[in-house]
Amino acid sequence: MNGHCSQRLIAFRRPGGRKLRNLTDVTSSAWPAALSAARLHVVSGKGGTGKTTVAAALALALASGGRRTLLIEVEGRQGIAQLFDTPPLPYEERKIAVAPGGGEVRALAVDTEAALLEYFELFYRLGMAGRTLRRMGAIEFATTLAPGLRDVLLTGKAKECVNRRGPDGLPVYDAVVLDAPPTGRVVSFLDVTKAMADLAKSGPIHSQAAGVVQVLHSELTAVHLVTLLEDLPVTETLETVDELAATGFPMGAVIVNRVRPQWLPDRSVAAAANGRVDAERIRAGLSTAGLDLPPDVIDGLVAETVDHAVRVHAEATALARLDEGPPLPRLELPQLVDGVDLGSLYELAETLVEQGVSVPTLSGAHS
Amino acid sequence: MSPGRVPPVLDVDALLDDRDTRVLVCCGSGGVGKTTTSAALALRAAERGRRTVVLTIDPARRLAQALGLEALSNEPGRVAAVGGNADEPGELHAMMLDMRRTFDEMVYTHAEHGRAESIIDNPFYQTISSSFSGTQEYMAMEKLGQLAATGEWDLIVVDTPPSRSALDFLDAPQRMSNFLDGRMIRLLSAPARAGGRGLRKIVGAGFTLFAKAVSTILGGQLLADASAFVQAFDTMFGGFRERATATYALLRSPGTAFLVIAAPEPDALREAAYFVDRLSADEMPLAGLVLNRTHPVRAQLSATKARDVADGLRGAPLAAAVLRLHADRVDLAEREERLLSRFTSAHPAVAVTKVPVVAGDVSDLDGLREIGTRLAAGDEAPEAARTATERPLRSARAR
Repeated sequence: MNGHCSQRLIAFRRPGGRKLRNLTDVTSSAWPAALSAARLHVVSGKGGTGKTTVAAALALALASGGRRTLLIEVEGRQGIAQLFDTPPLPYEERKIAVAPGGGEVRALAVDTEAALLEYFELFYRLGMAGRTLRRMGAIEFATTLAPGLRDVLLTGKAKECVNRRGPDGLPVYDAVVLDAPPTGRVVSFLDVTKAMADLAKSGPIHSQAAGVVQVLHSELTAVHLVTLLEDLPVTETLETVDELAATGFPMGAVIVNRVRPQWLPDRSVAAAANGRVDAERIRAGLSTAGLDLPPDVIDGLVAETVDHAVRVHAEATALARLDEGPPLPRLELPQLVDGVDLGSLYELAETLVEQGVSVPTLSGAHS
Repeated sequence: MSPGRVPPVLDVDALLDDRDTRVLVCCGSGGVGKTTTSAALALRAAERGRRTVVLTIDPARRLAQALGLEALSNEPGRVAAVGGNADEPGELHAMMLDMRRTFDEMVYTHAEHGRAESIIDNPFYQTISSSFSGTQEYMAMEKLGQLAATGEWDLIVVDTPPSRSALDFLDAPQRMSNFLDGRMIRLLSAPARAGGRGLRKIVGAGFTLFAKAVSTILGGQLLADASAFVQAFDTMFGGFRERATATYALLRSPGTAFLVIAAPEPDALREAAYFVDRLSADEMPLAGLVLNRTHPVRAQLSATKARDVADGLRGAPLAAAVLRLHADRVDLAEREERLLSRFTSAHPAVAVTKVPVVAGDVSDLDGLREIGTRLAAGDEAPEAARTATERPLRSARAR
């Protein structure tokens, strides 16, 4: 049946088991060499597309085979802890998972207030006053005065992790995956240059920000966008691709999430989506297998088939719109019917590895 | 099929028809279909005879066009195709929040004579009115207050801003209010003169250092602008706070009903649960939960049986495909039921209506009507859903 499913990069069949099979050749174009060179992988997407899950799967995939990656979250949601089923993460780097083949994923939930205090501490030695100020809301006040400050601190932390080297002189992380704000805010989040306009023209954060700008606009960074095959997420994805190009950020892959199997052959989809399903043929077909169903169940099956066809048709349209957009590496992840748990996160990571997702080993993680 | 608790059914039409329902607030986390749900509810209310206005925040382009919202207007405009005649006396009006203009208007209303311009020209005001994270929520509430004050509307349906958390809508005004009351900024810009000597004593030398650090990082100019803004703003702050308090009271009044919107996903339902708890803590009236985009099973046949038969079928590819897509649907529906039943176990009193998914986007009034029908059907009403399945393609094909 795979010949009929030409709309998809990956066609799914699972007659024998739950394992998804990659039936199409998707290696070099899905994850080109340029993406392997990136060390900071920024993951964004419209709200509700599953970007935190995808970021976590990406961190696992990049860590597999004995590498070490860091997964950073910046929105204070503790989404990583929920995903990995651990207690809320403190503001420190913690090992949260072992990757297939001996790698390691660490996680960091960046707390803006703590990050700002960290800076102040570094330059001004606030001592105990820091905590009191925090309680008073002074830190929130400062970041409210200059919204860009918050973003500069967060991207600054990510950059510091990318560049950090261990005692052996090797980078501590082979790759850093940043679970970034959603598409609506991601460009302004990354646009540190603009945020710096809010800040004093000298001072510690300003000079640090200049370094961040350099990293974010270099081949060390790749911005990946997660989408679903639905109208609005695709629209936002295409808009964000344009915005990223206009502001000079290096685009990574478009990651199509929750791809569902198409069971109907292509030639039947259009008719079924218009409500034309041959109920008699279905009844007769089932009958040959000894399954004789009453008319109302057949009607129900027809209704479900129409729903399925309408969805497949809409997905094909969404996919065609992505195809018409700028040519970008594209990865696909399947819908997990049982929802995402730790085990299925590994499944998703494996699917990414099968599509070529990898980075070279730089760190001393495996030694 | 649903082993867990079964929630009471939310009767949407009774809610919309109730003359005592004057304000309907649709809350929920991002990406669950709040804007579409709000518009569909407003349209249904209008077609059931009420003079209705829907305040949308950031509708998708085609939905905006369907409501006649080509541009930000900041005042309601009538949707000509709906009602407004002897047979159908109801009317639908729609507007899209213009956050900046609403804020400007507030300043003009409340500022002392001659002061408004100096506030609006202040660079700091420009930052606050366009990018403070709570401004949109604050202005949505302000606009709601204004619409309610006119007394023109039978029903005001409010869509809430696309924030990370549904709670932001309730918290933002307070945050903004705290921010604008200026205590902190006075401390920072002129700590010696601020009436916070007691506070300074507690924080001690650390505070002076902090003020210095902040001004080093933010720059003296920004602090000076902020300080000038707060001074100018001070005179109108009382008016501001009064408005915020009045609107908050409106939200707690019996004429208001909150609907929590969620999708059958763990994150969205977790947010919904937080929000329900919060409403109850604040004694705000919750009407129920709208569970969007569900996939009810239409044919009684187990997934295992369907897959078994499909595996053995030879020479009947259509029948095999139908069995497999049915089996997937059963799995999905069971998962959705599990998620909902988890929510219901913790919140057994919350009434629920399920809205079976419409494939493709909703981009015209017919699409909104269809959502309205599904909203009012409460639980899976196979017949309504059956006829419904055939229409969504139009929007998919229109592209």
